[in-house]
Amino acid sequence: MDDVLEQLQQIFRDILDQPDLVLTRQSNAHNVEDWDSLAHINLVSAIEKRYKIRFALGELQDLKDVGDMIDLIHVKLAAK
Amino acid sequence: MNLEEYSAEEFLRKMRGLRRKYAAVAGLQSVRIAVLGGTTTNELVDFLEVFLLSTGFQPTFFQSEYGRFYEDAVVDSGELVAFAPNIVYLHTCHLNVRSLPAPGASEAEFQRCVDAEFGRYEQIWKSIHDRLPAQIIQNNFELPPYSFLGNLDSVSSGGGSRFFLTLNARFAQAAAANPRVLLQDLHGLSARIGMKEWFDWDRYFSYKILNSVEGSLAMASSLASLVRAIYGKSRKVLVLDLDNTLWGGVIGDDGIDKIQIGRETPLAEAYTAFQEYCLSLWRRGVLLAVCSKNNEEIAKKGFDHPDSILKLEHFSSFKANWEPKHENILKIAQELNLGPDSFVFVDDNPAERAIVEAQISGIAVPNVGNEVSRFAGIIEQGRYFEPVSMTEEDLARAALYEANAVRASTESQFSNYGEYLDFLEMTAEIDDFKPIYIERIAQLTNKTNQFNLTTRRYSLAEMEAVLHSANHVGLYAKLTDRFGDNGLISVVLGRREDEVLHLDLWLMSCRVLKRDVEIAMLDVLAERARSLGVSTILGYYLPTAKNMMVADHYQKLGFELVSSSAEVSTWKLDLATHKPLNQHIKILEYSHG
Repeated sequence: MDDVLEQLQQIFRDILDQPDLVLTRQSNAHNVEDWDSLAHINLVSAIEKRYKIRFALGELQDLKDVGDMIDLIHVKLAAK
Repeated sequence: MNLEEYSAEEFLRKMRGLRRKYAAVAGLQSVRIAVLGGTTTNELVDFLEVFLLSTGFQPTFFQSEYGRFYEDAVVDSGELVAFAPNIVYLHTCHLNVRSLPAPGASEAEFQRCVDAEFGRYEQIWKSIHDRLPAQIIQNNFELPPYSFLGNLDSVSSGGGSRFFLTLNARFAQAAAANPRVLLQDLHGLSARIGMKEWFDWDRYFSYKILNSVEGSLAMASSLASLVRAIYGKSRKVLVLDLDNTLWGGVIGDDGIDKIQIGRETPLAEAYTAFQEYCLSLWRRGVLLAVCSKNNEEIAKKGFDHPDSILKLEHFSSFKANWEPKHENILKIAQELNLGPDSFVFVDDNPAERAIVEAQISGIAVPNVGNEVSRFAGIIEQGRYFEPVSMTEEDLARAALYEANAVRASTESQFSNYGEYLDFLEMTAEIDDFKPIYIERIAQLTNKTNQFNLTTRRYSLAEMEAVLHSANHVGLYAKLTDRFGDNGLISVVLGRREDEVLHLDLWLMSCRVLKRDVEIAMLDVLAERARSLGVSTILGYYLPTAKNMMVADHYQKLGFELVSSSAEVSTWKLDLATHKPLNQHIKILEYSHG
């Protein structure tokens, strides 16, 4: 399992208060329970703080699932 | 663990779990809060909910449609009124201002802008006031993110900074005059966090949330403390450990001479600063208590240290013993007749913090760490003692403090010291011991160390015996002056043997040093002694480590030295030649004869 996926799974479990949540690269706001717009803001903020990165405006709109987000995090981390 | 101690990331990650945990607690107090916002308030409301749940509230929220704070309050208030809030929170920011002065605005235009904007808010508050029996919380404004005119921005009539500072001053005046409006000080909050951290423009452009997560958390915490204050749930008592909390070192091991307090070392400075912080809380009405694992007598000595800012009189309860701290704290709660949920406990020892937090439900135990220089900031962050206004009691204490300060500051305005003493308009009640004062008199013999000629301690029973003894002269003095009542501050006890009166005790509170109280006391004592057929008064000075200040007490009062040794010096006053010396104190005697 990708380190980032594993870490994201923990963040999602915490924030959504779902200790058994299994996150995959295919997870998205439609197939993960309670991933609503407010939870989304919390998730993005927590991920930014966890990795000490900032998503640029517009970057997040193009992401269709967790896999895209993981790839973007890898790009951001590599550019640090 | 207090919510304020979580980092933003920790808070976000734990938030929903905490909400579930807190909401399951029984007996939560319901509160209905309407949030009328000028920006998106959902995140702030989520945060606030967790903060309120954590302190025993079950909030229900109403939020205005985005940016419709004015309309919901003034024009179209049906839904708001139907919600029947207990609290209406108006959350607005610089972006919601309509009448900002243009860069070239004249003074008159500037004033018109301030009036117009202030008028809009006045209208909102009045409309809510007229329609709802709700408490209004209005935030003031942070400074604008950019100062287009540089330094001139806070000077020029076209300056945004000056505009918001002026508007904030108007808000403050309005809130001070209207108890229905409480001000949330976002100006102060944003400054403490720092403007760079406060705004988050990406979040604003993406979600219309103006602030960083850190900013939103600070706002939620400050709002929760206001809500607690509105419901009288602010905390009232600060319970303090002693060793390595109020002074550096262990007084039982190091002794009073070695503890770190004062100005001599950086560490001593830091403990002094923390004591000053505690004293500031006391002055505004927070009660202080000691809970320390110590020998009581030794522990109390720490406050005799000349550099100790805190004195024993500042503590409403003092528990220094070897019992577990949580048991002592429950005893303090009983003594003060307050619930331990109104207590904050500060101790440098994490083990003590842990047991107190675990054993006493509702007590706040901030994780202050063990560096004294951080204590005040961490306590402050918890917002435990938030007042909504100063009660009369708080103010009475503040007034007394101010009187002391005025007293100190007026001293230099007089050409000689006698003039100052006259200006004080002192009146002393000097009289025989009375039953109602006996407890205080016995207490003074046990706690006065400096102005105390013999340092003899008396029990209550021993002092009561004096009341009925024909061979004793016991006098007390109470002193009032133009600034207030100093209370019972001096005691003299004489024992008659034929024509000689032996002074077994003479003590005075250091609060009234250099006021000529001792001179007035001697005048009354001499008169009383004469009426009993006494011709000679013998005074004794028994030196201790602490009473050097009275080594020449009897000499100053005109006594002659009879004999002197390391243990005691004996002084004699011949009443045949003694003349009254008091000039500056009006003496009242009630029960003479």
